[in-house]
Amino acid sequence: MGKREVQEVNAGSMADIAFLLLIFFLVTTTMDTDTGLATLLPPPVEEEPEDTPPVKERNVFTVLINSQNQLLVEGKPMEIRDLTEAVKEFIVNPMDDENLPEKNVREVEFFGTVEIGKGIISLQNDRDTEYQTYLMVQNEMSRAINELREDLSKRKFGKSYDELEKEEQKAVRTIYPRKISEAEPKNIGGN
Amino acid sequence: MAKFRKKKSGGQQAINTASLPDIVFMLLFFFMVSTTMKEVDLNVIVKPAQATELVKLEKKELVTFIYVGVPAKKYQSLYGSEPRIQLNDQFSTVADIQSYIAQSRDNMSEANQSKMIVSIKADKECPMGIITDIKQALRKAAALKLNYSAAEMVADR
Repeated sequence: MGKREVQEVNAGSMADIAFLLLIFFLVTTTMDTDTGLATLLPPPVEEEPEDTPPVKERNVFTVLINSQNQLLVEGKPMEIRDLTEAVKEFIVNPMDDENLPEKNVREVEFFGTVEIGKGIISLQNDRDTEYQTYLMVQNEMSRAINELREDLSKRKFGKSYDELEKEEQKAVRTIYPRKISEAEPKNIGGN
Repeated sequence: MAKFRKKKSGGQQAINTASLPDIVFMLLFFFMVSTTMKEVDLNVIVKPAQATELVKLEKKELVTFIYVGVPAKKYQSLYGSEPRIQLNDQFSTVADIQSYIAQSRDNMSEANQSKMIVSIKADKECPMGIITDIKQALRKAAALKLNYSAAEMVADR
């Protein structure tokens, strides 16, 4: 009795298991990357050039945000969730509406001659607008533009915008440019 | 006595620890890879804003951060409870931004200088006034690539 010794566990494969685990974690951990909304600021202007041609009213999509975080879009109050559709309609102008932006006819690679809207989105906010609201508005505009681009690349190339080649992306971007102008800060309502 | 000896010989064998280094190394590697080093301690409280159309900031060396928020509790007696700007480790004012940008631009390699991205990490309840001031300062400093830091929106709209 008691003659049976405890057999030694073969530890030779332990390293393999360890490496397996290591690789598993390496693959599955998503590193904490910072994310955000990318925008481009306009370059500083020293003096307002005098002979800037005025932009036609129909080509401007005015969005005002007041200190109560309410939206005034083209003179009418609007909820944030309706903004995407409104922006899309403004950019595309499918019915050639007189109140929506004019179009330029231009030659674009891959697409041939296309009509490109002249619309500009003008965004103005109050000093007391909440940052979150402002970001939401920016977000909705980006969403509108991204969806339009996505749509176009699906229709034209049968691929998602992200999968397109550089040149193709550029062409899509030319058709749906990101034209958001932010006015110099003002106090709109309140304070 | 005899009984004692017998018990000892029949006792448990020592566990083979030959693979322990492997395990330790594995853990070491894991932590080395997955930890993102925290470069600055936040002196302001930043509750991240949320959005959906997010872009990843992949190249860390291109990014310069500006933090905006209400000072943390322990600083409130000194700096008040209005949102403040934090650059590096200190509370700053809008006037400091230009030199801060110039300084971080100098720290970059020449090829990267034109690709510099400024990321504003602001509290979601922070008023836009201070952000607008920062934006104006950034324009003056010719740092035009801007990223509004935001987290992925959790609930559906």
